[in-house]
Amino acid sequence: MSIPVAGHPAPRYEGGPRLTPAPPEGELIDSPGFPQAAKVQLENPVQRGNLQHAMTAIRTKRQRVVDELDHWEELRVAGEQIKNRTLRHLDTYLLQLEESLTRAGSVVHWARDAAEANEIAVRLVKEALADEDVQYDGTGLADDEVVKVKSMVTQEIALNEALEADGIAAWETDLAEIIVQLGHDRPSHFLVPAIHRNRAEVREIFLEEMGRYGKPAPEDLDSEPRNLAGAARLHLREKFLRAKVGISGANFAVAETGTLTVVESEGNGRMCLTLPQTLITIVGIEKVVPTLEDLEVFLQLLPRSSTAERMNPYTSLWTGPSQGDGPEKMHVILLDNGRTRVLEDPKGRAALRCIRCTACLNVCPVYEKVGGHAYGSVYPGPIGSILTPQLRGTDAGMSTVDATLPFASSLCGACSDVCPVRIPIADLLVTMRNKVIEAKKEKGKIANKHVPFLAHGEPAAMTMGAWMMADSKRWSAATKAAGAGGFLLKKADHIGPMPWPLSKWTNARDVPVPPQESFRSWWKRERGGQS
Amino acid sequence: MSAEPLTSDDVAARPTGVRVALFATCASDVMFPGTPKAVVTLLERLGCEVVFPDKQTCCGQPFANSGYFTESVPLVRNYVDTFAPYDYIVGPSGSCVGAVRHQHEMLAEHAGDAGLAREAGEVAGRTYDISEFLVDVLGVTDVGAYFPHKVTYHPTCHSMRIARVGDKPMRLLEAVKGITILPLADADRCCGFGGTFALKNPDVSVAMAGDKARHVADTGAEYLVAGDNLCLLNISGVLNRQQAGVKPIHLAEILAGTEEDLR
Repeated sequence: MSIPVAGHPAPRYEGGPRLTPAPPEGELIDSPGFPQAAKVQLENPVQRGNLQHAMTAIRTKRQRVVDELDHWEELRVAGEQIKNRTLRHLDTYLLQLEESLTRAGSVVHWARDAAEANEIAVRLVKEALADEDVQYDGTGLADDEVVKVKSMVTQEIALNEALEADGIAAWETDLAEIIVQLGHDRPSHFLVPAIHRNRAEVREIFLEEMGRYGKPAPEDLDSEPRNLAGAARLHLREKFLRAKVGISGANFAVAETGTLTVVESEGNGRMCLTLPQTLITIVGIEKVVPTLEDLEVFLQLLPRSSTAERMNPYTSLWTGPSQGDGPEKMHVILLDNGRTRVLEDPKGRAALRCIRCTACLNVCPVYEKVGGHAYGSVYPGPIGSILTPQLRGTDAGMSTVDATLPFASSLCGACSDVCPVRIPIADLLVTMRNKVIEAKKEKGKIANKHVPFLAHGEPAAMTMGAWMMADSKRWSAATKAAGAGGFLLKKADHIGPMPWPLSKWTNARDVPVPPQESFRSWWKRERGGQS
Repeated sequence: MSAEPLTSDDVAARPTGVRVALFATCASDVMFPGTPKAVVTLLERLGCEVVFPDKQTCCGQPFANSGYFTESVPLVRNYVDTFAPYDYIVGPSGSCVGAVRHQHEMLAEHAGDAGLAREAGEVAGRTYDISEFLVDVLGVTDVGAYFPHKVTYHPTCHSMRIARVGDKPMRLLEAVKGITILPLADADRCCGFGGTFALKNPDVSVAMAGDKARHVADTGAEYLVAGDNLCLLNISGVLNRQQAGVKPIHLAEILAGTEEDLR
């Protein structure tokens, strides 16, 4: 079995009809690369409109609630420092967390990668279902099921597909995740997964699909948000009441007390955390924070940066099972899945500070144009472009899409400025670009020599350009050649469409004809080489 | 434009006698020579002595930002060697100046050259965007410029977020006689240029440029002003194709013009 990593789903269930709506064919990691995938997304005008509308609204709101705080910058620094300190001593805090969780009555499991985490989770679900009055029989009947709190880490390891492969239905319960799941779709954003859909599309999905997987949507359903939410509420209610097992991620795991935290907006997560008899929580190892006091900082940073709210609506904190109140059994799976590899890189590890707020997506002009599907990862946008290649590995064997992700940015820097834990995202994009080039050199795709004519394509242009510009005499000669080119074109003042590769620029943009005399030549002529 | 070298009397007669090394930037040197010429005119009018060290080429940003760190180090070396003798190095680009200040030391460190990193850090600390030099070093906002036109100002990402020139360009523009500055919607959004991004992701780049061009055209301005010629090249490339009738102009070129020039 191949190891599924970020957005690389487990093998498909082939034992019979699917229990849950099938996601789109193909694996995220097999994307042809960002530029091609982006072109496909750009050709969807409805999605472009939806994204622009939603992103503009959330961006504006975030700015307003952030501007309210005169100590926002201090909060960001505090968030950065707490995360840095924790990551520096991650081994210590993780062992402390294990001890605290165990003391509080949870069972702790360690998973090196997605395959191990899925294997543990599937086994625990089967055990839990076997424990109940309705036996697990692998036939996929109604009771072989779990309800899920919205969680990125379970998407990263493709847990739903692993459960489906063992005849267990995993039901998403976050409103937007239901829209995505019922729509046979993939999330486009990791805070608001259905951001690419509008009300009319949601109504169609609900009317078409809800009845196949549970309580149907009312026949007279309109596209009013409150009525759409009402249909989802009725559809979900029977699943909440029936489910024996809940599965969640965690936004924070407190080492000192063994307290786990889920931050959500709807209360559906709290249903999953409290109603089933068994709760399985999967936590990336970078989610640990030392003490409960540290949450004071993050619970201010996160809501303002994510949903642009001053305070988060449903914040659940739990510290092991309590008799007669909520789940009787609690399991915690601590997952690595590439995180220790990211930690090895003194620069790149800053990406592990991420608290999944998505402020960087919401402010990103590239993301706004194409949405999340173009990124070939469950973590799209600027943070995904630095995190995904690191989680999956930036060696010579890196995937095509991962090699394009660090270039999926104009480096405008808006992401770095909004990040609540001050991850220098734009700088790390450049760092990752260097890793891609080094990996390509290692793979032999690029002649790693300062001999221009031996290389080809971009590397040739780069090597040649750098060689030419490292010496002003060579550069000066080249600028004269450019001036001569302009002389030939002087009848026009602008250049229109040109053949490939210049067409990449000139298909939609004119270029002024280069002037006949460079500044350098003018200076020499006018000032006689005075310098 | 005045092309006569300053005499020592001229310099002495002016409020400042600051010696400035012009960092023309490779793009403006070749494609937009009017911009560095305007910087010369402007700074000489304000009493500076301007020199152009002709050993200069490119800051290396296009290579570094494409991931070619090793290849860009000789350019860092060249920049440092060229400009080390000067106290004030002034360029008409938030992006190039930003790259010098934000990347040179890192690139030298990456190459394991601690000596170059230290020198690069020092030279970078003396490198200014023209707007910063005018406001922070010379202490002027009214440079005596005259520009009787409607303009709108695009702040450019690297001027804002790498060089962090803040509101200095706007303060300089506001002090220009005769000018009308029209507000630009979503001014702080990227125009989609991004160096090689425009070629590696041309479809997304053009979509972004389209938004920016639309906002610019909607202002009704005659001129689009910015502190970076390559951003202007991108936006005006779309505006020109659409025959929107808005002309690109670098901030320095507005600041260089005076009422006398028009007589």
